Amino acid sequence: MPKIATREAYGEALAELGEEIKDIVVLDADLSKSTKTSVFAKKFPERFFNMGIAEQNLMGTAAGLATCGKIPFASTFAIFATGRAFEQVRNSICYPNLNVKITATHAGITVGEDGATHQSIEDIALMRALPNMTVISPADAVETKQAVRAAAMLKGPVYLRLGRHPVETIYGENYKFEVGKAVILKEGKDVALIATGVMIAEALKAAEQLSKDGIDAMVINIHTIKPIDEEVILKAAECGSIVTAEEHTIIGGLGSAVAEVLMEKKPVPMKRVGIRDVFARSGKPEELMRVYGLTAEDIEEAAKSLRR
Amino acid sequence: MAITKEKVEELSEIARRIRRHIIEMTAEAGSGHPGGSLSCTDILVTLYFHVMKVDPKNPNWPERDRFVLSKGHAAPALYAVLAEKGYFPTEELKTLRKIDSMLQGHPDMKNTPGVDMTTGSLGQGLSSANGMAIAGKLDGKDYRVYVLLGDGELEEGQVWEAAMAAAHYKLDNLTAFVDHNGLQIDGPITQVMSPEIIQEKFRAFGWHVIDVDGHDFEEIAGAIEEAKNIKGRPTVIVAKTVKGKGVPYMENQVDWHGKAPSREQAEEALKSLI
Repeated sequence: MPKIATREAYGEALAELGEEIKDIVVLDADLSKSTKTSVFAKKFPERFFNMGIAEQNLMGTAAGLATCGKIPFASTFAIFATGRAFEQVRNSICYPNLNVKITATHAGITVGEDGATHQSIEDIALMRALPNMTVISPADAVETKQAVRAAAMLKGPVYLRLGRHPVETIYGENYKFEVGKAVILKEGKDVALIATGVMIAEALKAAEQLSKDGIDAMVINIHTIKPIDEEVILKAAECGSIVTAEEHTIIGGLGSAVAEVLMEKKPVPMKRVGIRDVFARSGKPEELMRVYGLTAEDIEEAAKSLRR
Repeated sequence: MAITKEKVEELSEIARRIRRHIIEMTAEAGSGHPGGSLSCTDILVTLYFHVMKVDPKNPNWPERDRFVLSKGHAAPALYAVLAEKGYFPTEELKTLRKIDSMLQGHPDMKNTPGVDMTTGSLGQGLSSANGMAIAGKLDGKDYRVYVLLGDGELEEGQVWEAAMAAAHYKLDNLTAFVDHNGLQIDGPITQVMSPEIIQEKFRAFGWHVIDVDGHDFEEIAGAIEEAKNIKGRPTVIVAKTVKGKGVPYMENQVDWHGKAPSREQAEEALKSLI
């Protein structure tokens, strides 16, 4: 399977949807070539607005457009969308429950060489804390395309978390994405691996390794982190232990969201694979994944440690 | 449209009632921002009772003119104007800031009919107004967008991001007001963090600038009319105002920015608003 970055799929999906849904408008903050909104801009220049390097105004303008019935997709890097403009997203978009789609690319440490200033590792925590917000973190290009469409159809604010780096394609073309409905990629009974985004590919590899040691791991893709699929988490808990994996800090992200469900409904031992409360650094994406403990081996090790 | 003598008298009378509401509401709530509500009253009255194309029976009418109260703490003034205009009964006003009230401490578009944008966190309203103005142009609609900013609010960086964008996108269907009362919570704006010279800043950002006395209906109305005829760029009307206008003991007193009058103080204030 060819590797495709989720941002590439976003650009294509947006250009397709723009044909169909005339109310879609797209805003960017001088990063349209990187976020791939440039594909839409080329096709629909009259519905594309470059707001320059001014993310707070980007979010506020998107909010104003939404009050007039437009469906704005506001794009920039995840660090700026959710960090720089956090309070605009909170007060001008989520509080009035406006129909703005914040589609941020370059999330996580796979941004790579740009280093810690540009590596958004706390965006899931920030966005999922906001009332009215839906948080989606697709695993591959196929899922991204469908998630972009689903976000456009959904009424209310959505945060779509996309990456810069090409990732393996997990899904076939007949895959059906549904907001809030997690996907069991592999059934299993000994341990459950719950992952999101780029960590799905790692979790699948980890499951393969574990099976060689006679451990039958269940693999779940939680693409919608909010609202989270409680049902599938409770099903995973039947395995007796859970490992979560995310390209995000272990504080407040997928691991926390899963733990919240388990603690209230069905506590089982769990481990969180993620960035362990540190800022990362410059490097190649694969090197960073290794240095910060985000590989299939890290997931495998966590799963085994739970069974000791 | 030119404003007649009769219209000025009518607006003065409405403004007097609005100011009474502001005093009564904040006194009843026991908190709120009377000073900056009283300073912008005449601007809001001119907009809603002389200029804006709105329908209180159909608050979400797509063709309506929009208003964004970027200085959201002046909510009492906006609520009083909306009630007097007929969006909801004036009896609602005394529920301001109370549990179960539709009148939140700062404007909430989801709760209050007639509120076009949720505001309150300073610096954000001009951006939303830009979005509304862009939508109007995209849809070929002739509605106009009005936004009111505080002078202290101009210290927020986002205002200037938005000011740049409004000029860049030639939003001549957008008119901003600056309620230039010269005071913010910690003192005179020129002492806290001077945003002066406000007119020069907007001019440098590519805006058409008009100065008015913010308590003179004729001047306010004339400036709005002038703005409608300016093409290719947005207009800002810098309105010189008096914080606490109409209540002698509140006028130009920074203490009345965010403090409600007591019952006795309210009674005294109402005596000045007969």
